[in-house]
Amino acid sequence: MEMPPPSTRVLARKEQIVARLKEVLPDNAVISDESQTRAYECDALTAYRCPPLCAILPANTAEVSAALKICHEMGVPVVPRGSGTSLAGGALPTADCVILGVARMNGVIETNYADRYIRVQTGRTNLSVTGAVEAEGFFYAPDPSSQLACAIAGNIAMNSGGAHCLKYGVTTNNLMGVTMVMMDGTIVDVGGAHLDAAGLDVLGVICGSEGQLGVVTEATLRILHKPEGARPVLMGYDSAETAGQVVSDIIKAGILPVAIEYMDAMLIGVCEEFSGAGYPECEALLIVEVEGSEAEIDDQLARIKTIAAKHNPVELREAQSPDEAARIWAGRKAAFSAIGKVSDYMCLDGTIPVSSLPYVLKRIGEMSKHYGLGVGNVFHAGDGNMHPLILYDANKPGDLEICEAFGAEVLKLCVEVGGCLTGEHGVGIEKRDLMTVQYDPADLEAQMAIKDVFDPDWLLNAAKVFPLASSEPRRTA
Amino acid sequence: MTPTTEAELAEMIARADGPLRIKGGSTRPIGRTEGRKLSTAKLSGISLYEPGALTIVAGTGTPLSQVEAALAAENQRLAFEPMDHRPLLGTVGKPTLGGMVAANISGPRRIAVGACRDFMLGLRCVDGAGTIIKNGGRVMKNVTGYDLVKLMTGAYGTLGVLTEVSLKVLPDVETMGTVMLHGLPDDRAIAALSAALGSPFEATGAAHFPKSRFGAPLTMIRVEGFEASVKYRAQRLCDLLKDYGDAEIVVGATEGPGSPEGWKWVRDVAAFADQPGDVWRVSCKPSDAARIATRMGAKAVQYDWGGGLIWALTEAGHDLRTVTGAFDGHATLIRGTAEVPVFHPEAPALAAITGSLRAKFDPRGILNPGIMT
Repeated sequence: MEMPPPSTRVLARKEQIVARLKEVLPDNAVISDESQTRAYECDALTAYRCPPLCAILPANTAEVSAALKICHEMGVPVVPRGSGTSLAGGALPTADCVILGVARMNGVIETNYADRYIRVQTGRTNLSVTGAVEAEGFFYAPDPSSQLACAIAGNIAMNSGGAHCLKYGVTTNNLMGVTMVMMDGTIVDVGGAHLDAAGLDVLGVICGSEGQLGVVTEATLRILHKPEGARPVLMGYDSAETAGQVVSDIIKAGILPVAIEYMDAMLIGVCEEFSGAGYPECEALLIVEVEGSEAEIDDQLARIKTIAAKHNPVELREAQSPDEAARIWAGRKAAFSAIGKVSDYMCLDGTIPVSSLPYVLKRIGEMSKHYGLGVGNVFHAGDGNMHPLILYDANKPGDLEICEAFGAEVLKLCVEVGGCLTGEHGVGIEKRDLMTVQYDPADLEAQMAIKDVFDPDWLLNAAKVFPLASSEPRRTA
Repeated sequence: MTPTTEAELAEMIARADGPLRIKGGSTRPIGRTEGRKLSTAKLSGISLYEPGALTIVAGTGTPLSQVEAALAAENQRLAFEPMDHRPLLGTVGKPTLGGMVAANISGPRRIAVGACRDFMLGLRCVDGAGTIIKNGGRVMKNVTGYDLVKLMTGAYGTLGVLTEVSLKVLPDVETMGTVMLHGLPDDRAIAALSAALGSPFEATGAAHFPKSRFGAPLTMIRVEGFEASVKYRAQRLCDLLKDYGDAEIVVGATEGPGSPEGWKWVRDVAAFADQPGDVWRVSCKPSDAARIATRMGAKAVQYDWGGGLIWALTEAGHDLRTVTGAFDGHATLIRGTAEVPVFHPEAPALAAITGSLRAKFDPRGILNPGIMT
């Protein structure tokens, strides 16, 4: 993956830059020793690494503003970092950049149950947002698999989703307001504890902008009361086609489960080993979860099971206890780490129209043979968000390149059938050069024009999202 | 001008030598507009509808009624419940899909499922320079590049003329029920609505009328779904709200305030339809709503979204914001001719951003000038 060459002018001024940052930040919030900056050399896309010039860990909005102002003045690139769990390389540094980590900004600013929101500093982890409100019976709905570790800042940057967003929506549908610091240090408040924008929906374009428009330091998030209960049902089928038909039939029947998850035979195997969830051995497994009171759950599951039974399942089983339900989900949420124990892998994130599912899975199988690399499929079937996991050997020269070529072909296929390159992980560096598959030059120009407004010098995370050739005139202006 | 294709529209905009007034169904006029009329009427038709994928794609000139009929045939709907402005604004004609999106029109169910912008999956448009732009797509999850879909939704055509939109749709419900409380003062009513919305019972409507059609205060909470579930949740809400008085439950009603007709009345702010005066729409924190409403000195108010949305009928010609003072939220003049900003003035840092965005997408300032700025 090509990255722009570091600026020799910036590299030469490292000492000066560090000294200036230490004027506005506590000494221990500026990390410049090479043995320590290495900790920030990559995110969860571990195939690519580059230690930054230095890393800073500001504690509040004012410190972020002061630090960005200095970087802006000195022409230093900045890469914002949440918890470093991006699978797309969203927080990958360049050698001439300052990593701005939000980890120290993890406080709760306000909780308001009557108006159903929480305001947090964005270094707070996704799961600990729910942790702050669950004693009152509330939760924060978006639930990326990395929710134990990932920060709200990163969730906002990537517009993260999760297994339960079929019902509750992704980050953008649960984000009410932000405080953001722009590259020149300007602090801007957008949205708040009310609904909808007064004028242009600027919040809507900030969410999912991959840390390229500003550093979001505080966020107002919608919280909901937990449902009375939830219960998953497992269904096993002997073909992807049948499982896809079941998904479509459930949706058409007017039932909206909170989640519909899909796993193929390979993932069923590794996840079962990891969790002991009792997944059946079959070609395609669906986990369908519904919520409500006991009676409401019984009623919905009865409807779902009637549909499922019409398609000759090899297994159809309701969770019989909260423990069993937890294991069913533990297996699914551990899919990435479970497969990580077996092999190096690259996780794709393309989204397709649900109707194209069998065709796309068939084509992925053919590509797997062609490239000689194994692939497992796990995805959010209700909304067509696929996660093919391509297995490769990082120690085998050339394997990563083959894997990337395979991945690119899968994503092109997703676009070809009417879908997109990424459903919830973001573009980062990983899908940057494929953007031209989905978008025409004019489409990309319109997006880059937005960045021009927020960061005219293109200093913030500038080597991401857009193909380097497209962004080059702006980055080097 | 009535372009028949997107390419024709692009050419018209590129060649335009003055302001353009973009027209959908002309049922939701807002602000002061000028310029040559540009109609989307011929950019019409549903190009894709996949009920199993909960997705519909259509031209922006498509009448909303046509979209709703197509969805109803598959027992689906636009879940954000777009308001029909015709009664309130005294307009005639057919609302279009594009007008609904351009104005980000939602209704009472917005509090539970999100606004129009939350159901927008993708769009095509022509910007102020005549460039065709697409963003998003037709799939339910998409974080590929910046979300211009949200930015364009609710931009009233000022950043680009929408030509095609794709929307997520949802299944229609088997039945609905309404829990009604009577005689509550505003602050108590909003507290009751907050309790309902903060419960696990999934209210999909939460409105309060200080003075209902029947004279006395009426507080309404809606639940929807399968019949047994609706009855169960309505009863649990009654139990939850027992401190607020004896609640009345209606399930499956075909007339009266608890019926679909009654909720349409809430949605369309029909109470103010034939009343003289200006109409303001105020988005705020629900727990601030009663206090803000008191300051308004309005002729009448009604609350939706659990108090998060106040509709106010006021004496004509005044800027409501001068009496409410600053609050967390915003006020929009929906009906009225007062010489005041129609949209809530933005704080300077935000106004600088939105001004620059407008300059990028409509450098000549020809798309619906005067509507938002």
